[in-house]
Amino acid sequence: MKKLMIGNQAVAAGLYDGGLGVVSSYPGTPSTEITEFLSKYEDIHSEWAPNEKVACEVAFGASLAGARSACAMKHVGLNVAADPLFTLSYTGVNGGMVICVADDPAMHSSQNEQDSRHYAIASKVPMLEPADSQEAYDFAKKAFELSEKYDTPVLLRMCTRIAHSQSIVQTGEKTPAVLKDYVKNPAKYIMMPGNAIKRHPIVEERTAALVELAETEEFNTVEMNSDEIGIITSGCSYLYVKEALGDKASILKIGMPNPLPVQMIKDFASKVKKLYVIEELDPVIENHVKALGIEVVGKELFSILGEFSQSTVAKAFGLEEKPSVSADSEIPARPPMMCAGCPHRGMYYVLAKNKITALGDIGCYTLGAVPPLSALDSTLCMGASISGLHGFNLARRAETEQKSVAVIGDSTFMHSGMTGLVNIAYNATNSTVIILDNSITGMTGHQQNPTTGYNIKGDPAAKVDLEALCKALGINRVRVVDPYDLKTCETAVKEELAVEEPSVIISRRPCVLLKSVKAKPSLAVDKDKCKSCKKCMTLGCPAISFKDGKAHIDNTLCVGCGVCNQLCAFDAIN
Amino acid sequence: MNTTSVMIVGVGGQGSLLASKLLGRLLVDSGYDVKVSEVHGMSQRGGSVVTYVRFGEKVYSPIITEGEADIIISFEKLEAARYAKFLKKDGKTIVNTQQIDPMPVIIGAAKYPENVLFELENKGVCVEALDALSLAETAGSSKAVNIVLMGRAAKYFGIPYESWITAIENTVAERFIEMNKKAFDLGYNS
Repeated sequence: MKKLMIGNQAVAAGLYDGGLGVVSSYPGTPSTEITEFLSKYEDIHSEWAPNEKVACEVAFGASLAGARSACAMKHVGLNVAADPLFTLSYTGVNGGMVICVADDPAMHSSQNEQDSRHYAIASKVPMLEPADSQEAYDFAKKAFELSEKYDTPVLLRMCTRIAHSQSIVQTGEKTPAVLKDYVKNPAKYIMMPGNAIKRHPIVEERTAALVELAETEEFNTVEMNSDEIGIITSGCSYLYVKEALGDKASILKIGMPNPLPVQMIKDFASKVKKLYVIEELDPVIENHVKALGIEVVGKELFSILGEFSQSTVAKAFGLEEKPSVSADSEIPARPPMMCAGCPHRGMYYVLAKNKITALGDIGCYTLGAVPPLSALDSTLCMGASISGLHGFNLARRAETEQKSVAVIGDSTFMHSGMTGLVNIAYNATNSTVIILDNSITGMTGHQQNPTTGYNIKGDPAAKVDLEALCKALGINRVRVVDPYDLKTCETAVKEELAVEEPSVIISRRPCVLLKSVKAKPSLAVDKDKCKSCKKCMTLGCPAISFKDGKAHIDNTLCVGCGVCNQLCAFDAIN
Repeated sequence: MNTTSVMIVGVGGQGSLLASKLLGRLLVDSGYDVKVSEVHGMSQRGGSVVTYVRFGEKVYSPIITEGEADIIISFEKLEAARYAKFLKKDGKTIVNTQQIDPMPVIIGAAKYPENVLFELENKGVCVEALDALSLAETAGSSKAVNIVLMGRAAKYFGIPYESWITAIENTVAERFIEMNKKAFDLGYNS
């Protein structure tokens, strides 16, 4: 059937048609929809795991048992799953196993611009890289055969533009999901030194065999159009090259970035006068080509930073720029922000008002960093708020213990906040951790997690009791506040900062975008009572603006959360 | 035939994903090769969002760069101005006259420019402005702004009216079909 699909949907369809039995993932833009689409198939098991390491290990276990399995994550998620990845390379698989990883050049929704091809090289695991949804489908499906044939997990690399672009997919036959026999095999699956030392040479032999595969046109393809210009490229860069240059250049399209071919590149290079490598992010292909002693133009012309486009390629080859017009007025930026009625806002207001240092984390609540709240001091990676706060307090002790907090969401706390909290209790700093519990994984588009009481399909599931969990981890002082109640929040924060022991404040209220959350009637400003003090505007609520010298509330945005009227000294908001 | 490039721009939460879904379905059913590129994740939270739709005989790139767009459909005035440089020289922009203040304007760090559409017209851009919000409310829901704008843009796609209606029937939830058809007609006849 021919259908328009985003790349991630095509990956899901390809994995399913490739005979997938089990998928376990943690959401992360731009990878989330792979698992969301897979969760719609009733005859396979899909789940959200607490983090990517767990997800990858679940996929390993399912593969060990004989099922074809997969996990999906964003590029930084692979950092978390790197531990199993490197040794999975040694054990290999029983049922085929695919690890989908989505890079985010230009950081549309990420904290760094890392290139996951380095992981494929470092872990010696083959990697496939599709350039559109059709290839995403085909490669995902073929990845299982590759995995079983070469006894290795396979990395499937996506990037934002492939993951979130729709193009036409022709799906094919579904391979039935079969459960291979499980046979105990300690030499292959118990990676202690005596066994692992025998597996390493097998990994090297496998790579040599995969290089032979790379020399064929199974995944890497050659289009000879010109003997002047030759371009080695892959993924979306291939699309930009075709768009800008059409048939003016010869192209070696790399569909398998690890391991890279040798002879194919040498042959291609010998047929063209000038050779270019066009690849986003790091010079992975370029360094390989240079190591073969071949002269090539790469990063001196095509940046290591951000994304490319057809105009990047056109400019590099001196093609005429397309004329365009623009308005003369300065156009103010429109950065993303917390929604009207966002439950995080009240707590951030209290932190900002009291000039508290806040080590932040990854999620919607990272938006507490932007003006006017500017309530955050750091954001590093999943879980770093809590462990970072402990280190911050170790360095400065009482000086910071009484005016610094960690803020972390419910899903991120389950992902990798818990271990940091154990460390605070165990190694004893008087740290105060605030869990911003909006009862959903927000930023990635509302996925369930172990604190919500529902699984990926929306069915009731075991629900982590955060209060009991924090106590079990060694924190005696745990209290719950409603972030819509500013006074209670402020009291709680002040008391827990003052006390000489670690504590957790759970700031609990569901995300306003959840369908189950019903908006209250919009509030309005009484223009006669408003004294134009702009106190309400310090909240940074998108529903509140200043019009004709008075505060104004946009009734299409306001959800009646009532936080602003707690700030108004003149009772002008009702 | 050449590739046609259409951009849908607006503010996160305004419903541009449904508009691109509708267009994608329509163009595939009309026999074109199609690419639609969306933005998910952080920028959806009230930020400036852009969707690229490209169709023709064979489409390679999923994105549109400066000076390439045939049509820009903007859900908000300021966003029309922000992305105007993506228009081709003889390109056309269809703009909902709604104004949504971005945070820098709300907190007084920047000013919402007053005559941006006029400025664009002065530079030769073909600007078609309409109050899509009022038309959507007439159709029955302020959320139908997206479909009103699709209705207004429809005549520039060279695709029969009936195909658009079929695409709406295939894209939106059943209980909203009648309301969306009405919204489409209000845009189409505006």
